Amino acid sequence: MSKKQLALVIDLNVCVGCHACVTSCKEWNTSGWAGPLPDLNPYGADPNGVFFNRVQTYECGTFPDTETIHFPKSCLHCEEPPCVPVCPTGASYKREEDGIVLVDYDKCIGCKYCSWSCPYGAREFDPVQGVMKKCTLCVDRIYDKTLEEDRRKPACVLACPASARIFGDINDPNSEAAKAIRDNGGFQLMPEWGSKPANHYLPRRKTTTTLHPDELVRVDNPLKAEGEKPRPAFTTPTIDGASSW
Amino acid sequence: MKPAFSVIFLTTLIGAGQGLLIALTAGQLYAGGGSGGFYALGGALALALLCLGLVASVFHLSNPQRGWRAATRWRTSWLSREVILLPVLCGLVFLYAVIHAFGWAPVVIRLGNGATLDLPLVLGLLATLASLALFVCTGMIYACVRFIRQWASGWTVVNYLMMGLASGFTLAAAYAQLQDNALAGFLAGSAVLLTLLALATRAFQLWRNATGQPRSTLKSAIGLHHSQIRQVTQGFMGSSFNTVEFVAPGGAETVKGLSVFFLAVGFVAPAALLLAGLPVLAFLCQFVGLLAERWVFFAAGSHVQNLYYQARG
Repeated sequence: MSKKQLALVIDLNVCVGCHACVTSCKEWNTSGWAGPLPDLNPYGADPNGVFFNRVQTYECGTFPDTETIHFPKSCLHCEEPPCVPVCPTGASYKREEDGIVLVDYDKCIGCKYCSWSCPYGAREFDPVQGVMKKCTLCVDRIYDKTLEEDRRKPACVLACPASARIFGDINDPNSEAAKAIRDNGGFQLMPEWGSKPANHYLPRRKTTTTLHPDELVRVDNPLKAEGEKPRPAFTTPTIDGASSW
Repeated sequence: MKPAFSVIFLTTLIGAGQGLLIALTAGQLYAGGGSGGFYALGGALALALLCLGLVASVFHLSNPQRGWRAATRWRTSWLSREVILLPVLCGLVFLYAVIHAFGWAPVVIRLGNGATLDLPLVLGLLATLASLALFVCTGMIYACVRFIRQWASGWTVVNYLMMGLASGFTLAAAYAQLQDNALAGFLAGSAVLLTLLALATRAFQLWRNATGQPRSTLKSAIGLHHSQIRQVTQGFMGSSFNTVEFVAPGGAETVKGLSVFFLAVGFVAPAALLLAGLPVLAFLCQFVGLLAERWVFFAAGSHVQNLYYQARG
């Protein structure tokens, strides 16, 4: 546990599903170390491209008692990555120094075996270069000394308008990420496979509101006179916004 | 899973090659040593099948020029072990064929009871060992993918072995009949037995996969503990690697239909043809059936990651 393990902590309670992380990830990575990320047939009927991060939307419950959950998913940088040992060339590897799982594009032969061995579907094949690609945790950003210190974070974290993403060393108990996991009951996806994903998710918080029947009735309209305001005479002066026609 | 034709041809071709080699060695043991053109030509046939398989495998790689790198991770990757073992086996089979062609049979090992093992037989036994190891490697490549429950069992290895042996012995029987060799009867009899045994183990796997339960659910996939969850959108409108690579074209109906087809054409019909004394036809029929079997094996594999791709749009 003492080893450094960089990861993302994603707050499902905060994510609004705006896809800002998706676009900023694509923008940064397609022009960075991992790029270019292909976009085939981008304006056609069936566009197909490589993304490191995608936001999906789920709904639970039955109408009208439903809840919408926006669920961003990228490579989880597992502590026991099942994709790494199966790679026949050693192109897939987990960095000792910070726990980031990467693909060496110069060694990848494009056999797709690693994608079969990832239960999360986090790896996407680049048909143009013929190599497997995946989230790099913006490894080319977070160590970039030319950036100001508070900008040395993955592009998705910086882009999130709701601050649903926290980046940090989850094995350092004093990091913001570790604290968030500890304090908010952070959990891992599909723990049953023993891959110990480093990225954690913070659960939805249950919010309840108690509504009393009298709160549903307008107190300033005791006669229940809803409906349209009466149409004044043609000659009556009108004030925009105050008239009902 | 999307069936990869390169892998379908690779595994069926090398399976038949390995089986043929084991059949030839078994024939040698059965007939009590012996050497000559029959074994040399048979070895060359096995070598041709193995090399054709190698050629097919290259089409699976997007960067075949880096293929040599695939031999570097033999400590952890079954794919890497297969990549090493296949050329080793090719080399052994080449030696086997050459030694037989020259009829060079010096005694290598003298056993305690006075029996002797000559060089061709020793090479045959070595090639048999390598073939068996290669069957294990090929099967384990799929059996060790835990996230496809249809593949992740020992039955995958057993079936690769049984079907390789069945097709190899059938091919050997056909070859022996064409060469008018005395071993034809022995090989055809063994081929019938192995084909029926392969039918039994493959049918068991079909039943096991049909009755098994997936280990993960949408609940654990997104960590939401609610009894009713449904996906509203995948987050994109078109297709992606995840929606293409992990889905079989044709759907469940095709898999079902082809399952019946391969059980009949890959096992039942060849066994009948062998019994009717038509081993050449039996092999051709069986090979077509096994191609369909390998297609179904791929297509029937449902990957855990599909939990994340249940709604389109």
